[in-house]
Amino acid sequence: MVGSSDVEERLRTELDVQDLKVQELAGCGTSFALYIVSESFAGKRLLERHKLVNLALAPLMPHIHALSIKKAKTPEEEQGAAEKQKPPSQQQAAAM
Amino acid sequence: PAAPGAGLSPELREAIQQFITDNKIVAFIKGTKQFPSCGFSNTVVQILNNCGAPYVTVNVLEDELLRSGMKEFSQWPTFPQVYIDGEFFGGADILIAAYTSGELAEEVERAINN
Repeated sequence: MVGSSDVEERLRTELDVQDLKVQELAGCGTSFALYIVSESFAGKRLLERHKLVNLALAPLMPHIHALSIKKAKTPEEEQGAAEKQKPPSQQQAAAM
Repeated sequence: PAAPGAGLSPELREAIQQFITDNKIVAFIKGTKQFPSCGFSNTVVQILNNCGAPYVTVNVLEDELLRSGMKEFSQWPTFPQVYIDGEFFGGADILIAAYTSGELAEEVERAINN
């Protein structure tokens, strides 16, 4: 049985991860949602980024039903996106 | 589990290549267009329905050889797998992102006019 900690450990080992969130999804089979910020994505298209993640998780894949890669960004892209949004403190306050 | 490469004979590789060339938009999914048997496959069907272009689906649950073969052919470990104009486009997340950004509509139009 593959758990989110296995997925997280593998991604941290294989990719140059700056920020990572792994969520186990309910539904059909063992599924995970991933949010990854990594320098490894620099200069790569979305398909290539997803392939990189798939490759990193290759040994676990036979036991995984589906991966939903919600975010695959470089630290620069992530920073750019954050600056356009409200400050995090405000967002957290709004979510409470 | 089968050894890597075991699922993809030259005949199967050729048949897949022929099929994705003959059909402009192909989605290899779990279940059928009418009854997708997984949420991710359903998402892909809904998006392709919205695009308005003709597409075909292939139910990988009906054929274990095809199912393992497609993983290798696409170098993509899960389903759905979407092909546009003979090229692997991506899985459900990539389709959602491309649909949202408008890139999918462009790709589909290019494929249909090609």
